[in-house]
Amino acid sequence: MTDVAIALLIAFAVWTGWRVFRVDSMVRASFLLMLSFVAVGGVGVLLSAPYIGVATVFMMAVEMMVMAIFMIMFMMNPAGLNPMSMVHQHRLSIAAGVLAFVGLAAAALVARPPSNPVAAGADVVAQLGHELLGPSMLIFETAGVTLLATMVGAVILSSRQGRFGAADTGSRPPGLTEGGDPAGRKPEKGQGGHGHGHGHGHGHGGGHGGGSGHESGHGQEHGDGHGGGHEDSDGQAHNDSHKDPTGDHPKDHKTGHHAGGHA
Amino acid sequence: MTLTIVLLGAAALIGIGLYGTLSQQSFVMLMMGLELMLNGALLAVIGFWSLALGGMPEGQLLAIIIMAVMAVEMAIGFALIVALYRKRQADMTESIETLKQ
Repeated sequence: MTDVAIALLIAFAVWTGWRVFRVDSMVRASFLLMLSFVAVGGVGVLLSAPYIGVATVFMMAVEMMVMAIFMIMFMMNPAGLNPMSMVHQHRLSIAAGVLAFVGLAAAALVARPPSNPVAAGADVVAQLGHELLGPSMLIFETAGVTLLATMVGAVILSSRQGRFGAADTGSRPPGLTEGGDPAGRKPEKGQGGHGHGHGHGHGHGGGHGGGSGHESGHGQEHGDGHGGGHEDSDGQAHNDSHKDPTGDHPKDHKTGHHAGGHA
Repeated sequence: MTLTIVLLGAAALIGIGLYGTLSQQSFVMLMMGLELMLNGALLAVIGFWSLALGGMPEGQLLAIIIMAVMAVEMAIGFALIVALYRKRQADMTESIETLKQ
């Protein structure tokens, strides 16, 4: 009986996990992933790990709500109205996924793990508590410190730039090869063009409006380097931002400098 | 028998997660693939702990560590996505091609 319930829950978890990459809406995908986690939590409860199972359900319910918010932020396809298929290297991915499944399944079928189930009526949650605050306390505390470091890192990574714009404004990292272009600063094809346009527009506003307009306009824009060029009106900065490989419109550069000189 | 079912399910989840991680272009969908792989790992750990380890408490500890890894991966992953979007207006893996030499 328990076996059948476990098999059904696992089938549900696998099916929802598969649907994650097949639905058209990213929000639906995140809720399907949550259902997959809930099914795994249910398996945990059935396999006499009540604490782990319930904790999984609680944690994943919250996590997928957060994920749904990010999905809405980054969704190219609102409401799933259009068919969504954004995949690359599709054949390689299918091959890798199938290979991983076949390899792990073969290992699971061939291996003869010991049959040593949890004793009925064992106090597993109390055992876990004693383990966490006893012999394995160092591991537990390390996990806590890791989570703290994660919080700090996440805040630093996702915070806005400081009051004076990005720290690398107007700087030019060394090239990958002698005298070559630096890594990752070339204008990107396709997706990048949109962002560049925005950056230039704001750069002009900053040049005219002075300091405060500059900082509010440049917080998240791409054109930080150009803003730096506008503020410094000496020739050195101009040359630097001419060489700056982020700019893909040399003509806009010139107008920008012109405006900057006037301000 | 139950353990075999559980491990097969875990293998399927890891395979699907690997497929999603490698194939999706959007960063957030890519992270769903990573989460799915960790889901499979969690399922396998629960199965082993419950059916083959005789309820050693360290098995539950391992499951808790997997959950902590999920939280870390999610937080840092989304922070990186947001940082990249602020810097580059990029939300697809193709738009950071210049990171590779």
